[in-house]
Amino acid sequence: MSVSANQMTEEHPMEKLLRMDRIPHIWCPTCGLGTTVTALATAIDDLKLNYDNIAVVSGIGCTGRVAGYMKLDSFHTTHGRAIPFAVGLHIARPEMKTIVFSGDGDLVSIGGNHFIHTARRNVDMTVICVNNFIYAMTGGQVAPTTPLTARSSTSPYGNYEHPFNLPRLAASSGATYVARWTALHVRRLTQAIAEAISKKGFSFVEVIAPCSTLYARLNKLGSGLDLMKFYHDNAVIKHGADVNEVDIDFQSKIIVGKFVDIEKPTYLECLNEGNERVLGDKYKPWGGCNGDN
Amino acid sequence: MKLWRTPLDVDKLKIPRGELHIIKERCKGCGFCVQYCPKGVLKLSDEFNSKGYHPPEVVKPDECVNCDLCEMLCPDFAIFCVRVETEEKEVAN
Ligand code: SF4
Ligand code: SF4
Ligand code: SF4
Repeated sequence: MSVSANQMTEEHPMEKLLRMDRIPHIWCPTCGLGTTVTALATAIDDLKLNYDNIAVVSGIGCTGRVAGYMKLDSFHTTHGRAIPFAVGLHIARPEMKTIVFSGDGDLVSIGGNHFIHTARRNVDMTVICVNNFIYAMTGGQVAPTTPLTARSSTSPYGNYEHPFNLPRLAASSGATYVARWTALHVRRLTQAIAEAISKKGFSFVEVIAPCSTLYARLNKLGSGLDLMKFYHDNAVIKHGADVNEVDIDFQSKIIVGKFVDIEKPTYLECLNEGNERVLGDKYKPWGGCNGDN
Repeated sequence: MKLWRTPLDVDKLKIPRGELHIIKERCKGCGFCVQYCPKGVLKLSDEFNSKGYHPPEVVKPDECVNCDLCEMLCPDFAIFCVRVETEEKEVAN
């Protein structure tokens, strides 16, 4: 058996979910972002979801490009505003699966307040945050996730700020599902994304992924492949780990797994229940703009 | 394949086989597929694509078990594997 001559005629299985006119994508060689897109697309396929009922919302940044590559209802919003955009979308069309796919700089720095308050209100959506420890697209500046002592273009002598522990931030803000995987754990990541999409409430998946051009280069860590090898040797799977103990230090062990999976009424359920309590039969529960309201 | 204990249904088992498709022009030579293929099926070739990257080549076509890991890890959607049906039983004792 040899690699067949018709290799260009057969379609890559991902093509049905990608805007092929934009491929090849702009991500650098050995960047892990493409792998995370495959995980999302595979999860959508595994769940047998209707493509017309999925919205993908991204903000700005290298990860922010994801929405633009997905052949779904996808929205590329302004910096940090992916979550508020998604909240509006969810309230107008609650029957849709709303998925926010963006980076650490976008979601938890400029968009940090949106992140904690949407988790607090338990708005039913999935937030996938690709954490590459740096502001990549804008030139490698220090991010709120850059590990202490790691170098970036604005911390050339090593970062002296403590980073966020994202699973703890999400869990303490009220998320009902919290998991962390690396791009190397692509199958478990796919499964976590599928669980997060199926979960009612605010679900959060952090994905540690290599940024070769900035994070790896500025820290002399080699290529994205070297970071994948690092994850292979240093990721420790610990389901149900206490989120207080999953901090990431520079080149430390990375604890991955599913940390939180709880049930809690969502924002829309609380809204409808509250209004019914006050207005009784006069209130017609809100079911979105597409329903018979 | 070496087995520690011969399974009782050994004559019914069939190792899945895959055929690889590499879209060379899309590849950026990251090596993820080569590094993590559990069967060592791939190797980065000496050949260049038009952007100057070395796409992988299949060096052990008969070893591929269609696990799709290369396809899942590839960040550039440049490799995929299709299951092929085989006749012969390939589980050795
Ligand atoms: S700058 Fe970093 S995150 Fe952005 S595409 Fe390149 S490797 Fe990926
Ligand atoms: S499908 Fe699995 S066995 Fe076949 S080449 Fe890819 S990684 Fe290797
Ligand atoms: S994983 Fe994809 S981009 Fe990387 S070397 Fe293999 S085929 Fe090329």
